Amino acid sequence: MSTAEKTVKEIQNQIVEEFSFFDEWDEKYAYLIELGKKLEILDPSHKTEEKKIKGCQSQVWLNSYLKDDKIFYQADSDAVIVKGLVSLLVRVFSGHPPAEVAQADIDFIDEIGLKQHLSPTRSNGLVSMLKQMKLDAVAYQALLQSKQ
Amino acid sequence: MSGTKIKGLDLTTIREEFPVLDQQVNGKPLVYFDNAATTQKPKAVIDSLVSYYSSYNANIHRGIHTLAEKATAAFESTREAIRAFINASSTEEIIFTKGTTESINLVAATWGKENIQKGDEIIVSGLEHHSNMVPWQILANEKGATVKIIPVNENGELILTELNNLITAKTKIIALNHVSNALGTINPIAEVIKIAHSKNVKVLVDGAQAVSHLDIDVQKLDADFYAFSGHKMYGPTGIGILYGKKALLEEMPPYQGGGEMIKEVTYASCSFNELPYKFEAGTPNIADAIALKASVDFINRFGKPAIREVENQLLDYATQKLSAIPGLTIKGTAKEKVSVISFVIEGIHHQDLGILLDQEGIAVRTGHHCTQPLMGHFGITGTARASFAVYNTFEEIDRLEAGIKKAVKMLK
Repeated sequence: MSTAEKTVKEIQNQIVEEFSFFDEWDEKYAYLIELGKKLEILDPSHKTEEKKIKGCQSQVWLNSYLKDDKIFYQADSDAVIVKGLVSLLVRVFSGHPPAEVAQADIDFIDEIGLKQHLSPTRSNGLVSMLKQMKLDAVAYQALLQSKQ
Repeated sequence: MSGTKIKGLDLTTIREEFPVLDQQVNGKPLVYFDNAATTQKPKAVIDSLVSYYSSYNANIHRGIHTLAEKATAAFESTREAIRAFINASSTEEIIFTKGTTESINLVAATWGKENIQKGDEIIVSGLEHHSNMVPWQILANEKGATVKIIPVNENGELILTELNNLITAKTKIIALNHVSNALGTINPIAEVIKIAHSKNVKVLVDGAQAVSHLDIDVQKLDADFYAFSGHKMYGPTGIGILYGKKALLEEMPPYQGGGEMIKEVTYASCSFNELPYKFEAGTPNIADAIALKASVDFINRFGKPAIREVENQLLDYATQKLSAIPGLTIKGTAKEKVSVISFVIEGIHHQDLGILLDQEGIAVRTGHHCTQPLMGHFGITGTARASFAVYNTFEEIDRLEAGIKKAVKMLK
């Protein structure tokens, strides 16, 4: 089964399994940093104020689009660990029907021991980013329904 | 440093007075270097809170029963302790608020309401925390006044020579901090006040970052208003002070309406209570106000010169250690500064650094420290900030140095 055919839940499980290989926190973070550095470059035309999600500390730019009735995300951040986390969210959410994304529970970040990054602190753009990803999915879901 | 004595201070013992410090974070002994955000609390402060709630919780000033009398006496004894702490001339000049921010808002909303008119000017410094900028911007917007900024040089010091040019016949008040939270700069507030008063301009000092380090004598300074919080001086959160000169406070309208601030109320009108109660509407934060006395006692037990001695040694040691890390630049190199080191590392985002240090059990602050205009001045989005208190040690600074080096290696 290719990635695109997996459900949001299945991809989350896969990520949890990947992280289970790391015993030490520094290995886990080194992997996140690597993922952050490898995240596909967001086209500068999408790095606008409108697409910027402001945290107190780091910024995230998020773009989403619909292709073959599936939602895809692209993102970037000025902080590399956030970028690594963002890359995981992009991987989990991209390529699914908007309705599935809109309803999905995100629990893998907690399970891989990175829950503090989803704590309700102002310092963190990630919570706002997750919220925006869901909002985009809801918007596309509505768009698809109106076409039917 | 543990085990050593500075001017009679046994630092090992001081540390033991802070229960929170004795814990592991992410599997490592906690290193708490976020003291400019809030200091930890000694046991005496915690005990004072527990004691109030477990033995004499009562509302104050109005009750005639024993618990109310006891609570009122304790509450008012903090007022007296604070008066002495900053050498105000009377307890009538000591107003309890919920913190520095509320103290500043109180002045903007009352003194500002009466005294700022269309076309007037308010001066703040380029080093201000948002708390000492936003209330003035709101006031200026309401009144059609303008806010002018005292510029800052590359070392993070105020360019005081500009002040004379900034003050005009329209200038009504200067609001500036005694110590910069983001950089640690100690501002020459005595000089600012002197210049301001020679031109009939009032001065409000945001003392939030100064009270735990510097000796404050509001009479000697001749400050019109001096605002600070309990939680940055080893005291509880949710309690702060506004000092104001009695003559000014008397002229000011009340801040909020409700119990305690009134003398007499009829259906048609009311008359306001005496100072300081005129500004203390409603049931105050009794427990935290009472416990604030324990933090004043804690500081007085050693004296600020001895505390400063410890903190300055930590600052010098950390400055030397951190400066040697390749790519690291300290922002804020004022000649006069408190124990705060704000720094950036080339090619590394401060948030990444903060996250990795936290994994090592080291708490620093990262971000813009609620001083976005200042960060803009330096052309950065934020810094990492380590700020020291009397209970910190040289060993902890060694751990910070090692933690930064490890983080840099991981992030590069």
